[in-house]
This record gives sequence, structure tokens and C-alpha cells, in this order.
Amino acid sequence: MTLRERLREKISAAFYHHGLLCASYPVPIILFTSASILTCCYPLLRLPLPGTGPVEFTTGVRDYTVPSHEPQGDLGERPDWYRGPPVAYIQQVLVKAAVSPWDSSLVPVDVFRSPLGRVFSLLEEIRNHVHSDSTGVRSLEALCLQVTDLLPGLRRMQSVLPEHGCLLVSPGNYWQNQRELFDSDPDPLKTIQKHEPKGLHTSATLRDLLFGVPGKHTGVSHYNRKRVVTYTITVVLVSYDTRFLGSLRSRLKQLHPSANCSLRDDHMVHVHFKEEIGIAELIPLVTTYIILFAYIYFSTRKIDMVKSKWGLALAAVVTVLSSLLMSVGLCTLFGLTPTLNGGEIFPYLVVVIGLENVLVLTKSVVSTPVDLEVKLRIAQGLSNESWSIMKNMATELCIILIGYFTLVPAIQEFCLFAVVGLVSDFFLQMFFFTTVLSIDIRRMELADLNRRLPAEAGLPPPKPGPLRPREAPPPPRPSPHTITLQTPAFRNLRLPKRLRVVYFLARTRLAQRIIMVGTVIWIGILVYTDPAGLRTYLAAQVSEQSPLGDSGGGGLPPHLGVAPVFHAGDPTSTLSVLPAPEPTPLPENQSQGHHGSAGAGPRPQVPPAVPQITWGAEDEEGWRRLSFRHWPSLFSYYNITLAKRYISILPVIPVTLHLSPQEAIETRHPQDTRHPPPPIPKVSADLQTDLTLYKVAALGLAAGVLLVLLLFCLYRVLCPRNYGQNGVAHGRRRRGDLPCDDYGYSPPVSEISPLLLRGHSMDIECLASDGMLLASCCLAGQIRVWDAQTGDCLTVIPNHGLRRSSSSGCWEQRDGWDSVGGATEPECLGSDYLLRRRSVPARPTLFTDQPDLTPLIDTNFTCQPPSHLATPPRGGFDFGGLVERAYLEHESPSLGDAPTLPAQDRASTAGTQATADWDSSVWAMELRGNLIAAGRSSGKLELWDAVEGSLRCSNEDGVSGITALAFLNNRIVAARLNGSLDFFTVEINKPLGLLQYRGAPGRGSMPPSPCYSSEDVISCQLTRSVQCAHQKPITVLRAAAGRVVTGSQDHTVRVYRLEDSCCLFTLQGHSGGITAIYIDQTMVLASGGQDGAICLWDVLTGSRVSHVYGHRGDVTSLVCTTSCVISSGLDDLICIWDRSTGIKLYSIQQEVGCGASLGVISESLLVTGGQGCVSFWDLNFGDLLQTVYLGQSSDGQGVRQLLVLDNAAIVCDFGSELSLVYVPSVLEKLD
Amino acid sequence: MSLTLTAMTDSTVTGGQQQRSGSGQMSRPSRGPYISVITNRTTNLVIRGTMLFSVGVFLALVLNLLQVQRNVTLFPPDVISSIFSSAWWVPPCCGTASAMIGLLYPCIDSRLGEPHKFKREWSSVMRCVAVFVGINHASAKVDFANNVQLSLTLAALSIGLWWTFDRSRSGFGLGIGIALLATLATQLLVYNGVFQYTSPDFLYIRSWLPCIFFAGVITMGNIGRQLALYEYKVVQEKTHQD
Repeated sequence: MTLRERLREKISAAFYHHGLLCASYPVPIILFTSASILTCCYPLLRLPLPGTGPVEFTTGVRDYTVPSHEPQGDLGERPDWYRGPPVAYIQQVLVKAAVSPWDSSLVPVDVFRSPLGRVFSLLEEIRNHVHSDSTGVRSLEALCLQVTDLLPGLRRMQSVLPEHGCLLVSPGNYWQNQRELFDSDPDPLKTIQKHEPKGLHTSATLRDLLFGVPGKHTGVSHYNRKRVVTYTITVVLVSYDTRFLGSLRSRLKQLHPSANCSLRDDHMVHVHFKEEIGIAELIPLVTTYIILFAYIYFSTRKIDMVKSKWGLALAAVVTVLSSLLMSVGLCTLFGLTPTLNGGEIFPYLVVVIGLENVLVLTKSVVSTPVDLEVKLRIAQGLSNESWSIMKNMATELCIILIGYFTLVPAIQEFCLFAVVGLVSDFFLQMFFFTTVLSIDIRRMELADLNRRLPAEAGLPPPKPGPLRPREAPPPPRPSPHTITLQTPAFRNLRLPKRLRVVYFLARTRLAQRIIMVGTVIWIGILVYTDPAGLRTYLAAQVSEQSPLGDSGGGGLPPHLGVAPVFHAGDPTSTLSVLPAPEPTPLPENQSQGHHGSAGAGPRPQVPPAVPQITWGAEDEEGWRRLSFRHWPSLFSYYNITLAKRYISILPVIPVTLHLSPQEAIETRHPQDTRHPPPPIPKVSADLQTDLTLYKVAALGLAAGVLLVLLLFCLYRVLCPRNYGQNGVAHGRRRRGDLPCDDYGYSPPVSEISPLLLRGHSMDIECLASDGMLLASCCLAGQIRVWDAQTGDCLTVIPNHGLRRSSSSGCWEQRDGWDSVGGATEPECLGSDYLLRRRSVPARPTLFTDQPDLTPLIDTNFTCQPPSHLATPPRGGFDFGGLVERAYLEHESPSLGDAPTLPAQDRASTAGTQATADWDSSVWAMELRGNLIAAGRSSGKLELWDAVEGSLRCSNEDGVSGITALAFLNNRIVAARLNGSLDFFTVEINKPLGLLQYRGAPGRGSMPPSPCYSSEDVISCQLTRSVQCAHQKPITVLRAAAGRVVTGSQDHTVRVYRLEDSCCLFTLQGHSGGITAIYIDQTMVLASGGQDGAICLWDVLTGSRVSHVYGHRGDVTSLVCTTSCVISSGLDDLICIWDRSTGIKLYSIQQEVGCGASLGVISESLLVTGGQGCVSFWDLNFGDLLQTVYLGQSSDGQGVRQLLVLDNAAIVCDFGSELSLVYVPSVLEKLD
Repeated sequence: MSLTLTAMTDSTVTGGQQQRSGSGQMSRPSRGPYISVITNRTTNLVIRGTMLFSVGVFLALVLNLLQVQRNVTLFPPDVISSIFSSAWWVPPCCGTASAMIGLLYPCIDSRLGEPHKFKREWSSVMRCVAVFVGINHASAKVDFANNVQLSLTLAALSIGLWWTFDRSRSGFGLGIGIALLATLATQLLVYNGVFQYTSPDFLYIRSWLPCIFFAGVITMGNIGRQLALYEYKVVQEKTHQD
């Protein structure tokens, strides 16, 4: 034994034990795994959350030094980004200017024209400011941030933004910082507006950049009621010089004193910007994520054969994700800080780690034998795949280790994450996923068990004899003939996925809830992030309460958050506080009270018409009101990124300008006065905003109503049917319990009325059709031929002999026999007989799938001596076989031995009688062309003309009764009771020597049948007789595609060639008698046996393709479509199997005693016969489409035979009637 | 891309099903129009070519964007134009090349008579594409010490890609050949001045170009083989039915 093999064995054994462990203690293991995941993820809490909002840090101005690059140990709250010099220092000069006193002769333009004009002189002042002291002479040019070109894409801003020089922005930039241009500008507002971007602009517009305050605070508009213009001159400095800035500050203050200004100027704020993801980076990122999702989708799609696909897929994804989280957490724990962008490398990590192992595990576990215990299945599955899993993992680790030695830091880090991720993924697979899988498999087995329970529950063991079904009918069932589906737990319907999703959403109202939660969260975020809202309030509260509010430079400035809460501009609060304004004739003065300030104390003697310039705390850090993209976008114009860097914002320099009206008038442009007086609405601003609010509300309401109407219309258009309301128009359907599935969805109802073909006096025994004609034979021996299209009775072939009697007579006879038998021979037959007799008139539910043994019971029975009954002659015939044959011909084998025994007694006597009778009953019938082949119990084969009703020929070569017939081309194959198989050839001697062929319309599968005309002389020759075809009686005979297939009690299936009657194969594989066989033109052979097994064979090679166990008890019938195999069994289960793989797709549990007969109308439409009704099923999804009731009578007359005709019609027997059901509407719906 | 792919396959299946269900119990159900289109060889070829072309164009655009990022630290607000910053004919060229490669691979497989059986499923293909994008990403984002290191790393990654997802000799040979040819063609174009690298570093480009080409060839070949599998399946089914 090599080392490799030993290793392999060891690994396999270890995995086996591990699997046992996982499957034995699922709950503790899952708890343990979750705990370890959480533990490993705990270090992640320390990592910063992703987000693009900037972070601030405030220091004092006085002792400010540029922070060093080296990380310093314990600087307390100093953030780790606060290292090295900032990108720039921002010095803002906040200018508030007003024309005072306001004069009624002034026009609205005067509000901002002259104040704006003053910016140029201020600019001059700032530019030319020079500070000289002992260390030298400093000017702005030396300190400011020198910028070069704008980015190539910004040509249109070239005229506005500075290039090749100091980055100094002010409103003056609109006019190239030239007073002359401003003075000659007829409409400054228009100039400002010209540069605004069209349409929706998001954050930082040019106007914001140049004015340095948000647009609505500038006061540059015609409707400025405060008449105060605010703007800033922003100077961007590259280095910080205290003395220069100090002198500039004092100079400006000296020139333009702000009397009431008490702004604090001892704090500078450092703002750190996170990396922003632009669209350009987003596109590749999104692409990788799309690829990732496609990968996950395609991988998890392969999970199959489990109880909950979604659950397992989720578990697989959870496994991978949490292993990644664990890897990051572990790496962080051991001191490695992730430097890579997590969002970027994440998809690659997932792809590298992969979902393959999980899928392999699932597949391996699922493919273990089903009959094993769950534990053992898991263990076996694990150990089967252990070697490949270990091998793959070793390979991947090797590859990643190679990657580690590339010595590129980024790749090394990636590899490190991947290695740890792989290991933790392996751990999670072994513990988490395996356990989840074991739970899932167990659930599946439980579900299987549950589904089988009702079938067994239908047979309560203590009650003996056939009485039990009548004694205890299930009371809650509303009407006995409806196929009521089982309770939802027992149903295993396969709805389409999308429907399931929709149902799920509808049931749980998930969408609404998500939307609701989303709205609440959104509102919460809005409230929280609102500048004047909760956050600042909270911050204020915190800073008030915190004892170290302003200790050192690191603390939050105490004034920071207080201001917005007691907002200076809040009109209502200030109005109530301040004394009432003096009455003035001018309407504009109404607003005077509004800017009574809450900040510093107002000047005591204010002339009534003087626009007041106030300095509030909100001006202190006016930049806060700007968008947080303000600075990044300003810098990005010059190709300077602020991502992962910080800027320092210096305290503002306040400048107050008071201009006299004369000055304002002087600076007027000639066109200013020509402007029409602005249509100042006389309503107050409050009302104005109210109006807009109302407008918005009304518009929103209208839009909502429109949307609802639109959706309603859409609904009406798309869903014309009234789902769920079982219609008033469909009165007939309401008779039965409408089959509703567990979602309350009832299938669309369309009326299918069966056509009843009446005429037979007794129960119908045989049914044959060739597409055009329909032949039926009843117990009385009468053969009737019907037109399959119209349902007209064409011919009646009466049974010649003793039983040619009227139907009433027949019944009387039987009734008489019943009464006589009951009266005369109670002692002989005992209770068995009594029970039997009782069960005859009303067929009990449970026995509908038993054959009707009445044909075996001779009506002449009463004249037999009773002693004959007591000792049945068992010598001559195999009565067991007879009974079997009768059972199987009805495609409904016996339920067990108990009911069979009394019947056998009956049958034994019947058998003697039947053969003694000179004219025996018809046991098998076939119809091809115009010829009806009838096999009789006497072993006679008769050929009748279907149209004329005349006997064309007969063959009496065999003596054993013909149990089954196959009529193909011009050959007839007859299976006899004694297990022999006879091949007959039908020879037609045409006088004209011409054979007309009549193709069956619309059906390619049917070989063209020769049409026999009445002049032909037809002879039927026995060409070959296979004496011992089977050891035991032949139960099934099917012929197609030139092959004859027989199934027998001896557990074998034999395939014969039709031409030379040579036995090709003997197929062995069943462990019980064969009960059902299906073969079609495509040479697919399926057989079902009493062992509940279904075998698929390849007829060409005789090999077994697949072998599945599907039923408890016999398989009663088998049908194939091109893609699946449908079987029904004694356990009242209809199973649908995939034809190529042999995997069970789903099963339908039916009511007890239903579903013995099956038919396939089209590729996706299945018909089953039930108690007085036939049901249509959608094969793709297992939905019950419709149940059609055959008669008004509600007694449980079962449908035992079901034939599907070409024109999508089905024929089934219904007691003594035939029922022809057309199903066009169902086809329509399917298409 | 992948979504359209799945949508197509889904529609193939459903179309076929509908048609079959409509045709009743015919023993040989006539195929729907879609299936017949698929079975038609030339049409199938055209469809595959178109899909491969679009995939190629899409990948070229996205990867170009990745490369552009390396050179420009921050973007002007109108970034989208930078997607098309390179010459307009580059994406169509990539698309055409990928269509050719994707059709060539299954063709060569069938010529050599060794059908590619290794990991033939969409999840594997998706993984391959993701790794390819990842290689590009690494070459664009990761700072290497020198160009030799870059070349070696990328070569190792590309060969790892081939070993993980292809493992066929024909694939390797074709990949190497096409990569060399493409590099040569690019160099010729550059020397003739038709095309210029935007990168400041000429050597940088030259060191990753062959590896990226090789990985791209392997990826497109993988996609092409997977697409060809559909035709193969349909043909097989057809012959089986005949």
C-alpha cells in the first residue's frame, strides 16, 4: 500500500467520522460555528465603516503646528489621518454687505449690485497685502496654492476659474476680477445664471464655489427681502503663516469693522475626505460584481435533489461570505490592517475561494443510496469526496502561496486574505454547510414519510374484510367524487419558480414591508443627517454634557452644534421674542422683524429701513452649509484629489460693508432702472413656501392617483380573469369542492362537458380505438362501435348465445342470483360471501381499483350444486392466473390477499363455467382499420367488421383464454392464459388486388392501417405459437415499433420482434410480477412491477437504463412523454420522473382509490381517472388544471380505462356508459 | 452579458417546450422556430459570433476604463467620455478578434477530434471571466516595483488561468500564438504612428500586453466553447432522434 493510498484512506475515514458527527449533533455544531464566526468577525467592528462622508477634526489656532508624518503614539483622539501637512489651508473672507439705509427710490437690483461691486476692492486689498517683519516680507503670492491649467474637459470654465496663479475664488471671478466688466454688465444675475449647469445639478455648482455660501444664502436675487448680500472670498493657501494671516485679518477688520461680530476665531477644522468612487471606477466594479453574481447563480443552479434549493444556495453563499469576513477579521486580529479596497477585491476573493466544494459535497451526499440513514448518507457522501476536496484545497493553497512569493505587497496581501479565507471556508464547509445539508436531507426524508402516510392511513388494520371503506367514510369531505387534493403538507406540487416567488411575496406582503421599513430608515437618515436636525442637536447635547467639552484642542468645540438648533433665522421664534415692528407704509418692511438676530446683540438704534447685518454663530463655519463635495470638486478642477487627504479650514474673517444709497445709485448700470419692477408677490414668504408646499402636495397626490389608476388598468388588461373568485357564471363547478391550492389560487374554470355514449347495458369491459372509431365491449358481451368524433353509435354486435337479453333482464337475473345465493347458501359461503354480495351494488371507494370480477361469475350459477363450490376443481386451470389476469387487465391489481381470497373462490367456479360455456366472454379487444379483433375466454380469436357488424373470420387454434391482444399492421399477437404467445397473420385477398391505406389523421405515430372493404376475404392464420413464452401467466402485452413486449408474473419482460416472432431479449430486473409496460415508437420501454419499481430499458440493446423505486405496492400504469415518465401506483401516488436521468421530478398524492388510469394528451397535459371524474394536470408544474365530472350521479363509479384519442379527446368508461371528453380549452390555455 | 446569455438559453428551452406541448402527441415533435434557427448551422454561427463580439466589445470598454484609471488620478465630471477616450476602432477590433477566437476554439477542438471536456459549465466560465478581469485589475491597480516583476507576475497569473480553466494543449498553443501575433500587430501599429499609448511609460505597456492577450484568448476561447456546446447538444439530440 503506497503512502498515497494510506493517506487517502485516512482522509476518507476522517471525513466519514466527521460526517457522522455533523449529522448526529446538528444544532450544537451550528451554534458552535455561528459563535466562532461571530468571534472571528469581532475585530471587524474596529474597522471604519465604508462611507464617503468627510471626517472632521478640530484643533486650536494658537498652538497649531503642522502635524508630522510619523505616527505619534498616544495623542489621544487625534485621528490617524491627521499626519503631515494638509493639501491646503482654506481662508475664507466672509463678506456681508447691505445698502443702508434703504431708500424707496432704490430698485431691487441695487440690493446686490453695489455690494458685489465692492468685491473687487477687497480682492485688491487681499492680493496686495504684504506683511513684513524681521523674518522677511510675505505676500499672498508666496503663500497661496499655485494652480496650473484646468482639466481639459473644463474649457467652458476657463473664463471663470483662475488659471496659472493663486487659487483665489470670489464672485468677482464672474467678471474676470475686473471692475470695468462688472460695471458694464447690464445684468449681473444673468451672468451668474449663465454658468449654472442646465438641468439637475447635484452638489457643488459654480455659483456655490465662487460665492462660498449656499446659493439661497447669498441674497443675490431680485427678491431678497433681507437686502443683505453674503459672499466669501476664498483664499487657498499652501502653507500656514500665522503672522501673515494675522495681519491680513487685522487689516481687513480694521478697514471694515464688524461692530456686532463676535465670531470665534480660535479653531481650525481639518476635514479629511474619503476616497470617492467615480463612475469610471464604478463601471469596472459593477462589472466584476455582475460577473460574480452570474457565477453564484450558475453555481447554485446546480444544487439539485434537495428539499430546499434556496436554502442550500443561501447556505453556500453564507459559507463563502462569512469565511471572507472571518479571514479579514482574523487578519485584523493579528495586526494586519487591510490596505486594499475591500469592495474591489471582494469579488475576486469569492471567485478564488469558490463554491465548488460546496456543490461537490451536495452532489455527493445526494447521490448516496436513499434508503440509508441520514447520518450514514452524509458520512458516505463526505468520505467519497474527501480525497478530491483535499487535493483541490492543497492545489489552491499552493497556487496562492506562489502568489505570495511575487513580493508585490498588494498581491501578498490579497494572497494572505485568500489563504485565510480558504482555510476558514474549509472549516465552515465542514461544520456549517455539512450540518445544514444533513438537516435538509432529513427534512426531505420526513416530507417523503409524511406524504406516504395518508396512503397507509387509508387502510386501518383492525377492521377485517371489505366492509371498512363503507363503514367509515371520511365525514368532512364535501362530495365523494371530487379529487380533493391532500392538505398542503402532503402535496408536493412544483409550481414555477417565479410564481412561487410571487406567491411568497404576496403571502408575506414582503414588498410592502420592505418599502415601509425602507421609508422609515430613509426618513430616519434624513432626519439624522439634516444639518439643522437631530445630529447637531445630539452633538450639542453630548458636548454640553461631556465634562471635557473643550479641554485641549481635541475636543468638540462647544459652540459647534448649538447654533443650528436655536437657529438665528427662525422667523417664528424671533418674532415672538422681539417687540413688534414699527408700522411702516412699505410692505417690504414687514420682513424687518425677521432678521432681528438671536446672535449677538443688535444695534440699539436701528433706523426702520436699515437692512441689518448680523453675525450669527452660523456664519462662523459657513462652509458647513456647503455640500461636502464642495472642496473636492474645487480641487478636482485642477486635477488635485482630496481622496484620503485632508484640508484645514481656518476661521473666517468677517467683513461688514455698509453702503450708502448714493453709492448704490452711482454704481447703477443704465439698464438697471429699465428693468420692470420685479413682480414681488405681496404675500409673505411663509405663504409662498406654503403655496409651493401645497402645489407639491397636490401634484404628488395627482401623480399618486394617476399611478393607481394606471396600475389598475394594467391589472385589468393583464389579468382579465377573476382569480380566486370562483365564478358565479360557473355554477356547475361549485357543485364540487373547488380545488384550490394553498395559495388560494384556483385554476381558471372553463366548461368541459363530457359527451356520454349510452347503450351498453352492463359495465364496460374492453375499450379500443384507432382514432376514428371506438369499440367497446360490455360485460354482457355486446360490442358497440362508435364514431370517435361525433359519438354516434355505428354498429352493435350483440353477443350471440345465452346472454343475448335485454339489459333489464340481465340485471334482474343478477339480482335474482344475488338474492337466491344469499338465501340458499349462507352456510357454505359464510361471511365472506355476504360481504361480497353487499359490496356489489354500490361500489365502495376503496375497491374501485379492483377489477370487476362479475364477468367471471356466471349468471347460471344458481343451477350449480352448492357442493361444487365447497370443493373447487383446481386441476384444469390456473385460477390464480385467471384472477391475476382479470386484475391486471383492469390495470388495477389487488389490494392484498384478504379481499382476493373470497373473490378467488367465486372466480374458480366462474372459470369452470366460463370455459364450459360454448360462447365465452370477450376478454381482449383491439381495433385497427375496420377490423375488430376480439379475444375470447375460450381461446377463440374473432375478427369482426366494425362497420357492418359481421364476423369476418375466426381462429380457434388455441384453447386457453386470450388475455391480451395486440394488433399491429396485419399481425395480431395474442397472449394466453397459459403463458403462451400466438402470432397471427391477417391475410386479405382483395378482389381488386388493391389495398387502400387510410392514414390516421393528425397522428404520425400510428402506422397506416389497411382498410378492409367488405368484399375482401379475410383469413387469419396462426403463424407461430411460442408455447412457453413465460413461466407464469402473461400480464401485459404491448406492441409498438415492430416489437412486441410481454410482461409476466415471472418477473421478466420479454421483447419479441413482430416480423419473425423471435424473442430478442429477456429483461430481468424486477423483483415482482410485471404489472405495467409502456413502449412507443421511439423504442423506449418502461416497465413497472409489483415491487413498486420502474425500469427503463433500451430496446435496441436490451440494457437497463435506469431503475427506480417509486411506489409502495404495485405500479398500476405507466405513460411516457418525450421528457418524462409518469407512473401511478397502488399507493395512489402519481410520480413524474425525468426520462433521461431517472430522477423523480415530483409526485402527486391523490385521494385514496384514484388514479389507476393515466393518459397523456400532450407533452404537458396529463389525464387521470378518478371517482366519476377525470382530472387534468399540468405536467410541467404538477398543477391540477381541471376536474371534469362525468355524470350527475354522485356514486363513486370509478374510471378504470382511459383512452386518449388523436383529436385531444379522451374516452373513458363510466359504469355502463362511455364518456367522450374534448379538451380544447385546456389546450388553448397551455398554448 | 451573462444575463442575456441566460435569458437566451431560457428562451430556447421554453420556446422548445411550448412548441412541443402545442404539437400534441406527435411521436417526433416538430421543433419550434427558435430551435430550428439554432440547429441551422450558419445562423447558429452568426448568433454565436454576435454574442462573442458584444462580449468582446464590452470587455474592451471596461478594461480600457481600468487602464485609463491608472493614468489619471481624478476625473473631470464628465467621465463617461473617457470610456471612449481611446481610438474608436479599438473596441470593435477587440470584439472582432474575440468573435474569431471564440469560434476558432471549438472549431479546432472538433478538427483535432478531442472535444474539450474539462469543466464545461457556465459557472466555470464565469469564474474564468472574473479571473481575467482580476488580472487586468491587478495590472492596472497594483504598483509593481519594476516591469520585470510585472511581466513575471502576469505571466504566472495567465498560465494559472489556463491551467485552472482550460488545460488543453491546443488552447495553450493557440493562446500563445495569438498573443504573439497581437503583440506584434500592436507594436507595428505603434511604430507606424497609427496608435499611441496613453501611458507615460512605454515599457510598462509592453510588459503586460502579451500576458493580457494570452489571458484574453483563453477566456474568449472558454466562452466560445461553452456557447458551441449548445449547438453540439442540439445536433446530438437531432441525430439521436433521426
